[in-house]
Amino acid sequence: MTVRVENLKIAYRTLAGDVCPVDDVSFSVGDDEIMGLAGESGCGKSTLGTSLIRLETRMAVLGGKVELDGVELPIDDDRAMRRYRMKEISLVPQYAMSALNPTRKIRRLAADLLRCHGVGYGEIADELRRRLDLVGLDAGVLDRYPFELSGGMRQRVTLVLSTLLNPSLLIADEVTSALDVSTQRAVGELMMEFRDRRFVKSMIAITHDLSILAQIADSILVMYAGRLAEKAGSDTIVNSPLHPYTQLLLASLPAVGVRHDDTTLVGIPGRPPPLSNPPAGCRFADRCPFAYARCKEQPPFTEVRPGHQVACWKVAEEVQAA
Amino acid sequence: MSTLQIEQVSKLYRTSGLAGGVTRALREVSFDIDQGEVVTLIGESGSGKTTLGKIVLRLITASSGKVVFQGADIAGFGRAELREYYRYVQGIFQDPFSSYNPIYKADRVFEMLRDVYFPRVPQRAWEAKIDSALEAVTLNPGDVRNRYPHQLSGGQLQRLLIARALLLDVKLLIADEVISMLDASTRVDILNLLVSLKRAGLAILFITHDLSLGNYVSDRTVILRRGAIAEMGPTPAVFGNPQHSYTKALLDAVPQLHKKWHSPGAVRDVSAATRRPGRSVGPVALAPPALTECEPGHLVAVEE
Amino acid sequence: MSDSLIDAPAGSGAEQSAVAASLTPIGAGAAGLASPHVVRRGGEFVHYAVRNPKLLFGLALEALFVLGAIIGPIISPHNATDLFRSYLHPSAQHWLGTNNIGNDLFAQLVYGLRDSYLVGALGALCASAIGMALGFIAGYRGGWLDEVLQMVTNIMVMIPSLVLLIVIGAYLTTRGVLFEGVFIGLTTWPWVARAVRAQTFTLRSRDFVDLARLSGKRPAAIVVRDIAPNMASYLFLVVVLLFGSSMLLAASYDFLGLGPTNGISLGTMMNQAMLWSALQLHTWWWFVAPGVVLTGMVVALLIANVGLDEVFNPKLRSQ
Repeated sequence: MTVRVENLKIAYRTLAGDVCPVDDVSFSVGDDEIMGLAGESGCGKSTLGTSLIRLETRMAVLGGKVELDGVELPIDDDRAMRRYRMKEISLVPQYAMSALNPTRKIRRLAADLLRCHGVGYGEIADELRRRLDLVGLDAGVLDRYPFELSGGMRQRVTLVLSTLLNPSLLIADEVTSALDVSTQRAVGELMMEFRDRRFVKSMIAITHDLSILAQIADSILVMYAGRLAEKAGSDTIVNSPLHPYTQLLLASLPAVGVRHDDTTLVGIPGRPPPLSNPPAGCRFADRCPFAYARCKEQPPFTEVRPGHQVACWKVAEEVQAA
Repeated sequence: MSTLQIEQVSKLYRTSGLAGGVTRALREVSFDIDQGEVVTLIGESGSGKTTLGKIVLRLITASSGKVVFQGADIAGFGRAELREYYRYVQGIFQDPFSSYNPIYKADRVFEMLRDVYFPRVPQRAWEAKIDSALEAVTLNPGDVRNRYPHQLSGGQLQRLLIARALLLDVKLLIADEVISMLDASTRVDILNLLVSLKRAGLAILFITHDLSLGNYVSDRTVILRRGAIAEMGPTPAVFGNPQHSYTKALLDAVPQLHKKWHSPGAVRDVSAATRRPGRSVGPVALAPPALTECEPGHLVAVEE
Repeated sequence: MSDSLIDAPAGSGAEQSAVAASLTPIGAGAAGLASPHVVRRGGEFVHYAVRNPKLLFGLALEALFVLGAIIGPIISPHNATDLFRSYLHPSAQHWLGTNNIGNDLFAQLVYGLRDSYLVGALGALCASAIGMALGFIAGYRGGWLDEVLQMVTNIMVMIPSLVLLIVIGAYLTTRGVLFEGVFIGLTTWPWVARAVRAQTFTLRSRDFVDLARLSGKRPAAIVVRDIAPNMASYLFLVVVLLFGSSMLLAASYDFLGLGPTNGISLGTMMNQAMLWSALQLHTWWWFVAPGVVLTGMVVALLIANVGLDEVFNPKLRSQ
């Protein structure tokens, strides 16, 4: 078991009080697993993913713990986390395009990064070149500036640099969002390749795009308004989702081949609740077509079938009845 | 006569600096848009699709070729004629939060039209017009009037922009990636709205990089690659029977919920995945590849 | 009579009306984390402004000097041109002593403060007006107009203003405060123009400017109503900075004897002190007071400026 998160609660301090984008979240990611963390904007998935590696200055951990390979991670201590970053846990940030310092050549960037973590550039230069070759970039890339590379190339360079020290866990934050369709596929396949070659032991892929996750992820965790909604294997989520939110979300995605004249898709009316003032009980209740009296109480995130966890009273009742 | 005719439009940018070259954003693109029709312009980044949208909106000027709206060449419009043009042709852009000036309330976008287009309309009638425009886009006036942009959601903001276009007598709407920054659960609602407007007679140029969206809403599809048309025709024909290798590669690369990129057990060829489909090396020639008709209305470019 | 799309039956039947009926925005008003572009409202500015130590300190110090400029001449027991005994040390009768011909230096100081402020304000206004006008035009229009204005700006930057002033001074034997203020304005606008141009470029590429164009608005209206207000905090900082640097520049010109031929200012006081060998004669009170006051005035403005920048720009705030 690579990563285990237990009852994590993270708050964001504002003038108007605490806002919790991560509210009592528990899950685990196993070895060789790519877990997709899905949800719409404002659900807290980015905060959850990135705070595992670096908590922003205005955030605070209000409770819970994170364990990586059996060792508890001090995520609220920025300096203590330094030992783990890049070596045990690494991040490919959302705008990797702009994550590269424009005034430095790639080689210099790599050397700086490695030196910060006590690794000499020379020791690892061969491996770096091998990996660049694997992702389809020739070694000449090391002598170029970031602006000389295309978006997809920069994304691949960032992927290689982030995984160079073979971290146990890689957090990929919306890495395919700003890319063209063909580059999306290339990067998605690369992520799976990296996992297969054990450059990383496990991965958390954060995205709003369920169809990408259907391709690359082994399991999918769906978040809504700071809380977990559903977690299961990706095939299960895509083919037989149980949580109403997941069902409605999947039903609103136009797939290639679906035309309006044939099938009119419907979105989910309303908006997610503001995290500054969340409602008591199930947060999806006011948009949920199945909501009933019990939803005023927050449903627990429980395993309703083997390997399938859902936070919904209706689902729990139906499974019990069955 | 078609509502809009795009004839051999090209756009060249002179790149400054020591390299001193020319970027060919568009190469002799031609197609028409009719009333009550949604034409999807599909392309990846660098294909020139946004440039074409802006040329049609006369926010930038074409280097050569012309855009003809109801028989008149828009390049020749003076300020008064341009104002009239905007009564019939409007645009909506990708980022709803960037389309609104953050220091003013969101309904200022309506007020901006008032002086120019509705100078003598009394206040009551004006309010009524706005209310009916909001209802036409299924927005509750009480929820969106008198609010700042940051108090509204992306979906509401985009709908407000559509309502603004409806206030005028819009005949053609240029929708440039209008839903790509919205959440998945609200995207479909906007798409359905656009289709209902189309059924009422509006012509829409729907610019996107997302093939599934294009397939969902459009009647005709134009696939743009490096500034030139690669394939175009009725949407079922282009999606169902793609002829150009670029179109096929794009369709292959689209991530789908129920169809994996590879069949299980197949060996993944990473190097193939990293090669951009149909990417040829070298500078782009000005002359676009010639188009041939393979089916009635379905045109394919020669492979470059 | 066009069949307006507004009156057309919107929606494809049952689904649309179901969607419309259930569209109830929850928690409208409070901006959740979903909207990334939270706008700084005036109230928030004020909240941070009154808690920013640099801003408060700078403003307080500056207020002190402004107060001095206003009430100083009233409370000063003597006039600036009255004659007493020369080279008197600071005492109860002459708070800053007297100069070589016997003028009371405190009176000169407080009258001089007025001149300094006047020139500072004039220079700042002139430079802002020209710089902003040219900056907005160049930034909004772009193209060849931008190239021409850039060239003009570069030429202005290259002309050494000191030499220009000396040459003009040779022809204009009587110069007043108005001339000096306008001259400073005419020679310091280039950096304002450049800064405003750069910001205008950035704002011009925003979609709301395109939308304003699509609404048939004139370019001037777009600059004034859409672009400038979004740069308001920046423009404010520019004016404050100009004010401080104009005062300093004026004092430098005065010190070199190129200032107004009539009237007294802080710079002319220091000029006279230098000419009459105050340093060698150890009549320190002559130049220390105006020097300290001038430094204080300019530094107070600059510190307030830094504080103001922190108030406007949330990324600079320390906590």
